[in-house]
Amino acid sequence: MLSSLAVVGVLAIVGLLVFGLLSKGSNLEPGDPAPTTALPRLEGEGTESLADYRGSWVLVNIWASWCIPCREEAPALEALQGEYGGEKFTVLGIDSSDLSDDGRRFVEEFGLTYPQLHDGDGDFADEFGATGVPESYLVDPRGKVRVLARGAVSEEYLENEVEPLLKGKS
Amino acid sequence: MRRLALGALVALLALSPTAGAATTQTSLSEIEGEVMCPVCGTLLELAESPQALRQKVFIKRLVAEGESKEQIKDALVAEYGAEVLALPEGDGFSLSAYVVPVIAFIVAAIALAFAVWKWRRQGGDSSGPIRPAADGPDADDRRRLDEDLDRYDL
Repeated sequence: MLSSLAVVGVLAIVGLLVFGLLSKGSNLEPGDPAPTTALPRLEGEGTESLADYRGSWVLVNIWASWCIPCREEAPALEALQGEYGGEKFTVLGIDSSDLSDDGRRFVEEFGLTYPQLHDGDGDFADEFGATGVPESYLVDPRGKVRVLARGAVSEEYLENEVEPLLKGKS
Repeated sequence: MRRLALGALVALLALSPTAGAATTQTSLSEIEGEVMCPVCGTLLELAESPQALRQKVFIKRLVAEGESKEQIKDALVAEYGAEVLALPEGDGFSLSAYVVPVIAFIVAAIALAFAVWKWRRQGGDSSGPIRPAADGPDADDRRRLDEDLDRYDL
């Protein structure tokens, strides 16, 4: 009887540890399917998910208004959207662990024209296995991660790693 | 005259600053000990990250607007999700945070009571096999003992 209780106790503890590890999310690698959890739009009503962009390339950019490197990369992302944005490609901003008012001010300040979703609790970033902000993931038309960048992206990075894929050169 | 004085007293009390005590005014220091900094994973009062500072500014603004503690907590949950609360809410899955320790305590108490009951039923000694009683001194020892006693016999 006592040994059975001990086994149940040990199993319960192991179960909790496994649950904790799994709920932290795993680091996505190129080739993994990108999460499709729906998030509220940062501006306007309703929700959107990566599944809504199936058939297009999407550069998912996880950012926050309080993050300094996010400010540095914003112009490069907007320039990419200006050049390639359309039916076949979009940058998709994910304002993570941030106040929505601060996020909207950031979008206005940098004149960002690409769609923005609000991930207030940071759970969506966790699904990507993001280790911080900013991080960017290029998702292909089939919904799989092709390229990922931890940290701010530069114009040079986008030119070398992202644009060739958008042009079908890789 | 007495009625007039009583009326004046009631009016004075109604206008006093304590009359507004029903509207609970809160403060940043009161709230930051009860909510988390989602990015840091610590209580907001211990956090100094840029995100925590923005969160504190948000709370200060709502305090200045006269929002109550519960209203401010609701606003924080709307922004960051329920994980922003340091103490989980007492409903849904969060209820398990309160229920599980109680159940664990009851199970442990039952297990302990059962163990004590079993131990007492086995005779109250769980230190292993019972040792046989000593047989006393053998013939050699008895003879030596007698000799020693004779030597000191007065």
